Amino acid sequence: MSNSLDAYLILAGILFAIGSFGFLARRNAISMLMSIELMLNGVNLSIVAFGQFGTAATTAAQGNVMALMVMAVAAAEATVGLAIVIAIYRNRKTPLVDEYDAMRQ
Amino acid sequence: MMRTLIGIVLGLAILGFVTGIAAIMLIFLHQDWADALLWVFGFVMIFAGLLVVTMRDIIRCGLAMIVCFGALAGIYVILGAPLIAAAQVIVYIGAISVLILFAIMLTQTKDAPSRLVFQSQAIPAAIASVIIAVVVALAIAATDWHEATERVRVATDALSTVLFNQYVLPFEIVSVMLLAAVIGGVFLAKREPGGPS
Repeated sequence: MSNSLDAYLILAGILFAIGSFGFLARRNAISMLMSIELMLNGVNLSIVAFGQFGTAATTAAQGNVMALMVMAVAAAEATVGLAIVIAIYRNRKTPLVDEYDAMRQ
Repeated sequence: MMRTLIGIVLGLAILGFVTGIAAIMLIFLHQDWADALLWVFGFVMIFAGLLVVTMRDIIRCGLAMIVCFGALAGIYVILGAPLIAAAQVIVYIGAISVLILFAIMLTQTKDAPSRLVFQSQAIPAAIASVIIAVVVALAIAATDWHEATERVRVATDALSTVLFNQYVLPFEIVSVMLLAAVIGGVFLAKREPGGPS
């Protein structure tokens, strides 16, 4: 089990599906950001798993490098996204995304 | 008091279930520790992920997200990438979760409607995500990946050799991008002196 690529990839796929459900279904903007983090973690798990099961000599290290880059980009995304949510909250006084309807009227 | 008791009993039941899975795998199915730990960590990760997207209290969602990321760090260790696991603990549990918890504390009002956590499109979203999971699992099972039969363990010195020889330029670009993101975040979240408080 722990020596098959499929187990890790299926775990990553389930985590991605959970994150996509949260992103589509939650009303709170911060919950949606948390769901995006879940999706990014699923993709990261699949990247590392592909690297660890590669047949070339340096594939594993390259996969790890790519996962580190993804983590840094996810940190940047969380910073900017939460700052945007806080800025919108200061204007609209609500964290619920279905009440952000200024561009609909 | 009652709710605390129910929480303790539920936690103990989950713990017993998880260790039961591991014990059955170890003793009766004669598999090794890595398999049993992979089952345990995978179960904890998916359960905590489901709690993140379904729980009502958003602070608890954030705490369940920490549990989910911790279990994922364990999976990285089993997979043979200890540096990624350490970075997962430091970056996700240490930094991003704390950032999200602070943002939750800054944006929750007392009269926020706590009963409606889902939008009206929740049921189609659930159906779509189940379809995503099933299709991805089928595609994974149907594909021959030509993978190695044994997973590789990455030593940290080999990883750093690759990172600082081949990938110096992406490393520097990522560090500059992080600096830009920090400056942008401070600028966006800054309170304007004349604006609404």
